[in-house]
Amino acid sequence: MNIKELHLQYKKRLAKEKRWIKFYQLFILVGFFVLWEMASSKRWIDPLIFSAPSRIFKLLTNMVSDGTIFIHINYTLFETVLGFILGTLIGTILAAILWWFPTVSKILDPYLVVLNSMPKVALGPILIVALGPGMTSIITMGAIISVIISTIVIYTSFRNVDANYLKVLQTFNATKWQMFKEAILPASFPTIISTLKVNVGLSWVGVIVGEFLVSSRGLGYLIIYGFQVFNFNLVLMSLLIIAIFATLMYQLVEMLEKRLIKNE
Amino acid sequence: MSFLVVEHVSHTYFSKDAATEALRDIHLTIEEGEFVSFIGPSGCGKTTLLSIIAGLFQPTYGNVFIENQQVYGNKELSIGYMLQQDYLFPWKTIEENITLGLKLLNKHVDMSIASKLLQDVGLPPVEKKYPRELSGGMRQRVALARTLAVDPKILLLDEPFSALDYQSKLKLEDLVSKMLKQYNKTAILVTHDIGEAIAMSDRIYLFSARPGKIHKVFDIPEEIRTLPPFEARSHSSYSPLFQQIWKELEHLEH
Repeated sequence: MNIKELHLQYKKRLAKEKRWIKFYQLFILVGFFVLWEMASSKRWIDPLIFSAPSRIFKLLTNMVSDGTIFIHINYTLFETVLGFILGTLIGTILAAILWWFPTVSKILDPYLVVLNSMPKVALGPILIVALGPGMTSIITMGAIISVIISTIVIYTSFRNVDANYLKVLQTFNATKWQMFKEAILPASFPTIISTLKVNVGLSWVGVIVGEFLVSSRGLGYLIIYGFQVFNFNLVLMSLLIIAIFATLMYQLVEMLEKRLIKNE
Repeated sequence: MSFLVVEHVSHTYFSKDAATEALRDIHLTIEEGEFVSFIGPSGCGKTTLLSIIAGLFQPTYGNVFIENQQVYGNKELSIGYMLQQDYLFPWKTIEENITLGLKLLNKHVDMSIASKLLQDVGLPPVEKKYPRELSGGMRQRVALARTLAVDPKILLLDEPFSALDYQSKLKLEDLVSKMLKQYNKTAILVTHDIGEAIAMSDRIYLFSARPGKIHKVFDIPEEIRTLPPFEARSHSSYSPLFQQIWKELEHLEH
């Protein structure tokens, strides 16, 4: 047997393993919905509370055909994406300020700890009073929930950049801004991307809670409305849509990661 | 006045618990085109002195001048610094790494300089590759090219060969020595390796530790100085000198 054949066999084994994994993943997905449908129709679970895939699908087709669902998805998606971008961007800018002024960072250290430990959604009522019961409050919720933790994580990464890179730049008489641009920021891109991944989830929490509190539109509103009128088809449908879009956002961040971090 | 003057430099590090005297009254001069080495036991402040010469920070006492200009806070002087590891920026291509210094110093960046320097340091055209695609020896050659690109007044070499395998190390010693002669550069090498110091330098400063002081100065005989490092190691005068420095160093460590 020659090397080429062995290599071919090895590749076949890999492909086979991959096929099995895909199969099981699909199996779990299909199995989950089939079981759910069955449990509901056979009354193992209460269909009034837990609904059923067929009911959800019917509701969805109705809402798609009259177009109302797109209004809600658009609204929530816009708020989430904006909150997510703002949260990470402001977090990065704050981290840069802390890096630039070490004394400021020492002074603010305990306050950052306090702000980070505090449950941000508890600020919801204050935001609504201050910014009005509208989109601004909800976007702020989406941003505020991730901004402090982003600041802390990214600032730690800025500080942990190998000092020898800075030494190299210093011998070239680099200014502080050049050191930031050439070493500190690019060396921290992997950390910034991983905060982005965490922030995808956090922003959804902020926005959905925000919509619970004030909104008259959006997926969070549909959930709270469905709950109030005891229409759990609506609640679970909104939940499924959120799961799908949150996953898509995560995938987008991963694509960004591949483009931005070429060297690994 | 000499090309480089280190004028009665002392330096003390302060921490909450202690004040550690790293250097005491270092006074030395180096002429243009000379190659000198600093050796000594660990903790003798060699690297501290190198950083002070590079103008990275100000010594507690004393001054350093290159061509009569103070080095600390001097934006006009360009200094080449090579470290134990290459510290190439992993997110920049080889070309971008080599021209980084030029870019930062606002000099005209001609990308062809990268190709020329790569050739000079004996590398194939790898301009568009990333550092991770090169071996340790190749990366250190790129680091040398990056240092030479800005045409520095002086090269400071902080154990640049210590992380390499023995063969790469010997080859790189010859290369650095050849290139410094070719460009008529002044250089200071910090090393633990007595053989390397003898083979490469015109003069060796032996430091004693705690606090760092110049203990003894060895002038390398003409016949070794003129040879490339690899051949210098097999010259008949090499061994006795090695023994002499070895004994001094032994003596210091006890």
